[in-house]
Amino acid sequence: MALFKKKTPFVPSGVDTTANAAATPQKEQPYALLGLKDDEYNRIREILGRRPSSSELAMYSVMWSEHCSYKSSKIYLRQFGEKVTEDMKKHLMVGMGENAGVVDIGEGWAVTFKVESHNHPSYIEPFQGAATGVGGIVRDILTMGARPIAVMDQLRFGAPENPDTARVVHGVVDGISFYGNCLGLPNIGGETVFDKVYQGNPLVNALSVGALRHEDLKLAKASNPGDLVILFGARTGADGIGGVSVLASETFDSTGPSRRPAVQVGDPFAEKVLIECCLELYAAQVVAGIQDLGGAGISCATSELASNGGAGMRVQLQHVLKRDESLTPEEILMSESQERMMGVVPKKHLKAFEAIVNKWEVEYSVIGEVINEDRLYINWGEEEIVNVPPRTVAHDGPVYERPVAYPAYQDALNANNVHVAANGNGLHRQNHNSSELAAQVVQIISSPNQADKGWITDQYDRYVGGNTALAQPDDSGMVRVSETTGLGIAIATDANGRFCQLDPYQGAKLALAEAYRNVAVSGASPMAVTNCLNFGSPENPEVMWQFKQATAGLADGCLELGIPVTGGNVSFYNQTGDVAIHPTPVVGVLGVIDDVARRIPSGWQDAGHNIYLLGVTKDELDGSVWSEVVHGHLGGRPPVVDLAFEKQLAEAIAAASEQGLLASAHDLSEAGLAQAVAECTLRFGMGARIWLNEICERDGVDRTAALFSESTGRVLVSVGREDDVKFVGLCEARGIPVLRIGVTDNSGELEIQELATWNLADLGAAHKGTLAELFG
Amino acid sequence: MTMKIGVVTFPGTLDDRDAQRAVRIAGATAVPLWHADANLHKVDAVVLPGGFSYGDYLRCGAIAAQAPVTEAIIKAANGGLPVLGICNGFQVLVESHLLPGGLIRNEAQHFICRDQKLRVENINTPWTNQFELNQEITIPLKNGEGGYIATDETLKRLEGEGLVAFRYLDGNPNGSMNDIAGLRNERGNVVGLMPHPEHAVEAGFGPDTNIAMRSGIDGLKFFTSVINALVNA
Repeated sequence: MALFKKKTPFVPSGVDTTANAAATPQKEQPYALLGLKDDEYNRIREILGRRPSSSELAMYSVMWSEHCSYKSSKIYLRQFGEKVTEDMKKHLMVGMGENAGVVDIGEGWAVTFKVESHNHPSYIEPFQGAATGVGGIVRDILTMGARPIAVMDQLRFGAPENPDTARVVHGVVDGISFYGNCLGLPNIGGETVFDKVYQGNPLVNALSVGALRHEDLKLAKASNPGDLVILFGARTGADGIGGVSVLASETFDSTGPSRRPAVQVGDPFAEKVLIECCLELYAAQVVAGIQDLGGAGISCATSELASNGGAGMRVQLQHVLKRDESLTPEEILMSESQERMMGVVPKKHLKAFEAIVNKWEVEYSVIGEVINEDRLYINWGEEEIVNVPPRTVAHDGPVYERPVAYPAYQDALNANNVHVAANGNGLHRQNHNSSELAAQVVQIISSPNQADKGWITDQYDRYVGGNTALAQPDDSGMVRVSETTGLGIAIATDANGRFCQLDPYQGAKLALAEAYRNVAVSGASPMAVTNCLNFGSPENPEVMWQFKQATAGLADGCLELGIPVTGGNVSFYNQTGDVAIHPTPVVGVLGVIDDVARRIPSGWQDAGHNIYLLGVTKDELDGSVWSEVVHGHLGGRPPVVDLAFEKQLAEAIAAASEQGLLASAHDLSEAGLAQAVAECTLRFGMGARIWLNEICERDGVDRTAALFSESTGRVLVSVGREDDVKFVGLCEARGIPVLRIGVTDNSGELEIQELATWNLADLGAAHKGTLAELFG
Repeated sequence: MTMKIGVVTFPGTLDDRDAQRAVRIAGATAVPLWHADANLHKVDAVVLPGGFSYGDYLRCGAIAAQAPVTEAIIKAANGGLPVLGICNGFQVLVESHLLPGGLIRNEAQHFICRDQKLRVENINTPWTNQFELNQEITIPLKNGEGGYIATDETLKRLEGEGLVAFRYLDGNPNGSMNDIAGLRNERGNVVGLMPHPEHAVEAGFGPDTNIAMRSGIDGLKFFTSVINALVNA
């Protein structure tokens, strides 16, 4: 090819070539500054049989970083692929390891979904950090050949009263709003949690889901020698250089230097155009393989495409289009400039490729070609600066079995439960003081974590696309995939860092159970799982123990429920100084519904319906919202999870929904029945009368537990009177405990008998005003 | 013969597929129009949908107002072609001087998405003839730069000549002067508004109503109105 034709006369550019590297073995290299350990550097020398050139060092350092190589987590992530049955895999078209998992949802359709962290950039520069988090995950979905159809965000901020929290909240919400709204993707839900443990390390996770026809599936591989390697989209600039290795693998230190230049800057307009351009390229079938450029930029894309395809690649780095001509080869290799894609295009399709990218006015350059040799060669002009086996960069990075230690504080934390806290007296309960107990209900539903999130979600477009069937504040987000049949998908995500701190194994299962239940109550059948595992430093053995426990809990839970993990993301080093965040494994569950018209509303809409509580309430207040908001306490053990029962419950909801028996269904989780009742009544402004005495009698719990216990396996449903007998019969036949606890009415009030009566306007103001008051 | 309604796509347009769907549900044929192509393909009416045309760089709608397709639309609109501008499309109409005034950043300084109640104050246009005068409707609103501004003189003229087509009810979401949500031109064929009728055309995917969740389809009448106007023209 003309790309590599020798020109004369030859003038050396002064870059560190592979020949120079071979000739100067003693040259000292700044590998430690790039995040590589001594043994990792020595291994690179071993692989190459010489010292790496500076460009090779740049590539290995970013690709072997924690963020890209999963070196501390790999040994635990394997169980997501091992603890599965054949039955669990039957709908899986692409599993772990690709850009995102792909699930067959029937009718020739497939969906791909994934959640990813952008925590560290979002603390340094909340706006751009959050914005590019959305951009990155959307490109992952696009890379699979899918049209992205929705996004969600899982956000965790510091204490609301801390003055720095508003800076982060405003920046992150503005960033997501700016980028997501400009892309034309509906934001269908997510999570927002405030806790001081996230003060110096907020969590910004972004989820995207896309839909594709089975035959449109694309994989990130370059396997046919002679195919062209084309970089297209935005030009390569100096943004995000070393972001991966420097940012995501180091702990923030309040005295550290500013790392602002390491955060990427996003242009959603460029991404929107890139999405439409890629979809047109796919439709024209002119790309043989495709990879997005995210963390580790060109280093990642070239080595992964070659390694995945079992081939090699020859690249001319001077052909990369740059925003800044002064960029060095190392910087070009490491740049994390956004809105770029790498396509593998057979030569015969080049003309068609050019016509499409020109139509969208997207810039491109042919930077190399696929070769029939297990080698990645990168040239800078006439000089060779990289000559490596691609697999050693992309897939054969270091794997660590880090030390694990049971936390020294754990036993004391677990012993300090709500019954023994407060000097052995137990946290005080206002069971016999109705006005105080009623005040706790309002205090809890208006606390920042339990309050309505409308102030945030109303800054996101939930309508675009015209297929949104459910969005915040419903239990899950739901979008239609087929406009012909109504086939659709539902997604819910959950994580409870407080439960995970008490017991990471159970905590991960609890997150899974809640997300699963949220999907089930929307009328969809849970089908697959994704996750974003946010933890402290893996170099801390106690954090590593949490990680080990949480991954085991999640893998065991998925096996019990019979739904596979299709992919995910790990974010370590979420800590300030030595203090780690609560372990926060965000679990996303995807469900399928044959017709979104059948979806179940989350609130009450009609007067005169009976309200039933499904499941059993136990005295489970350790780690609860009640213990936090009313008492500022964290200790004991989280609620018990019974996944076999969760499955039974989900199946009962599905059966009742198919028979059209459910007017609404809402899951019970944080802040228990009190929260669920408030949300059901406020969703459409329908009043209700509720009684607690039968719960207390049947389940042997006091009024505090009846209102605030966070026992799992519970759902609140409303049923029209004509369907009563049928519905109760269905529950009893399936062994689901069912108890009528109230009735809806047109009173404009919520009455909890023998406790209090609230005007819905007042209750609504308390629930909906909090975030606007704090941040508006 | 079914009517042909053009739906323009600029780079960065987002609601074009939604507008095409609305046209189809109303019973007409949607014809995609591309920003770089000045050929209007003999359509009977044009919708400029929402989004962030050309990234909203410079000013919302400013670059789109210079596009080849827009030049053709301006010419056709001046000849009487029915044109509806929604959100970014409204901004394009204002930047093209087909409608007066301007649209600035929301008063609250951030993007807002909500179900918005409006009053239809002018039904003598091809886009509103199926409504009743002063009918109250609810359709989604979603914008960052929807604050309508105009000079006192222009406002006086708009109000005096009855050119305010839609007014916000139950709270002005973005600080628009006189609660103006949308306008028509003197001739009546050009209508622009910030809220989104194309997101309220199909039960199950529109705003909540008292009857059922997401069942609002008040936006559909924009599209049936234009078909009615074309059939009776």
